[in-house]
Amino acid sequence: MIGVDLYLSQPFAQHALIAGALVALTCGLIGPFVVTRGMAFAVHGTSELAFTGAAGGLVVADNPIAGALVGALLVAAVIGLLGVHERERDSAIGVILAFGLGLGVLLLSYYHGFATAATNILFGDIFGVSNDELLGLVAIGIAVTVVMIVIYRPLLFASVDPDVASARGVPVRLLGIVFLLTLAFTVTEAAQVVGTLLVLSLAITPAAAAQRLSPNPLVVTGLSVLFAMVACEGGLLASLVSTTVKPSVFVTSISFGIYVVARAVAPTLRHRRRPGVAPDATMV
Amino acid sequence: MSAVIELRDGSLRYGTRVLWEHLELAVASGEFLAVLGPNGAGKTTLLKVLLGLAPLSGGQATVLGSAPRRGDHRIGYVPQQKAFDADLPLRGRDLVRFGLDGHRRGVPLANRAILAAVDDAIAAVGATGYADAPIGELSGGEQQRLRIAQALVGDPRILLCDEPLLSLDLAQQQAVSRLIDARSHERDTAVVFVTHDINPIIEHVDRVLYLVEGRWAIGPPGDVMTTEQLTALYRTPVDVVDVRGRIIVISSDDIGGAHDHGHHHLDVGLPSRRATRGPVRR
Repeated sequence: MIGVDLYLSQPFAQHALIAGALVALTCGLIGPFVVTRGMAFAVHGTSELAFTGAAGGLVVADNPIAGALVGALLVAAVIGLLGVHERERDSAIGVILAFGLGLGVLLLSYYHGFATAATNILFGDIFGVSNDELLGLVAIGIAVTVVMIVIYRPLLFASVDPDVASARGVPVRLLGIVFLLTLAFTVTEAAQVVGTLLVLSLAITPAAAAQRLSPNPLVVTGLSVLFAMVACEGGLLASLVSTTVKPSVFVTSISFGIYVVARAVAPTLRHRRRPGVAPDATMV
Repeated sequence: MSAVIELRDGSLRYGTRVLWEHLELAVASGEFLAVLGPNGAGKTTLLKVLLGLAPLSGGQATVLGSAPRRGDHRIGYVPQQKAFDADLPLRGRDLVRFGLDGHRRGVPLANRAILAAVDDAIAAVGATGYADAPIGELSGGEQQRLRIAQALVGDPRILLCDEPLLSLDLAQQQAVSRLIDARSHERDTAVVFVTHDINPIIEHVDRVLYLVEGRWAIGPPGDVMTTEQLTALYRTPVDVVDVRGRIIVISSDDIGGAHDHGHHHLDVGLPSRRATRGPVRR
């Protein structure tokens, strides 16, 4: 444990934990909407294309984060244009994803810098980012958080009840596009910690676990942020203890563990909430 | 009589297809208007016009003194019943609250006045017992009561309902339509109720608007739901039979068939909708 104390006094570890907290906050905030809107695959597609962007950024400008952001925004725009139909959207994402990954591998073959660069894009390298990059991540984190708080209520309305929301004057389509862009920024951020391949462990898993535990949207959002925070910061700390393993391994493991526990305790909670009431008993 | 909804020479077309035209309609405060007709007759689109979600192709619509506009909070809207996913993290209480402030920016924090209004609306539809349960775990009837509470929580002057009884059993149909009718009387709320079957609401209905292939008829149920009137609308022999207060509409093709719901079999045996159209009355 002495090792951890030593690391925690180092700026690189402190910065990583700050960035990790922001990543967890933003992922925890968008997660419940990703689950409710059935966009898990869109998140995966966006992060895979962030990999392609990062590979491109690495080759062109030696800047994988900017490249990842461009890639993620591009695919978010395409998903937004493809529109609303979930099934159509998913198959289109699959098509783009496969092509994008191939393109990313091609781009990496032109890169002759550090050999670990590719693995870092795929599996994350939060301890390796520079001060400037961290500042950028902090800025993105704050921006995403502010946007999510501002659009929270109408976005929730539009996500669960689009017909009535539209009649009540909620700009359903516009909110969908704003959410996609927010998602792109969040995915790019999260990819720095867990890598583009494992973004789902922060953007989906905590929200899916939270959803098992409460039907109250605000509670779900709170729990989702908490779970993402525990997984992210816990993973970073654990990797300071055993430095040979990448933080993303711990992050995904803790995240998955929380989900398993949530699934296990959910039936008990549910039973307590509505004890012994048959679905139609109140109507008679 | 002051009309809260007015349509003058209203028409609605999709390309060359006429849903209805030259429609004249005036709905008064506290009036219960049922909108009937086969699938594709433009019943739902009529509601969309009144909600400001679809423009008229011709003519003029007036809702509470001005042109229809999206987000008019003097209108309550109950959409077609769509079941919520069982694991959707949303309570009936949250759905009802959307009817009050769902369009506002920010996070829905606790606010005493809003919580009280939501509680009242939930109690008024008898949903207090299950308003905190996940909405996806409720029955269709329970969900529909909460939908009505959502539409009424803002105390609207007009209530637009799109097939609110669909997929409910008979007891639930009666309970839900009684709720709507009671509100209409208590607060003088005008109700426009789109349905394919008039029987569950027949005792509440003041007037019927019947739309068929671009033609329409309007009047008290006893005047519109007649063999002559519907035969003229459908342009094919139609029999309207009163069975102990239940109105059964049978197309001639149906006779001898073993149908139990009567009404919605009309569009099954009808000739192609590409027939010439024109309103029955001008």
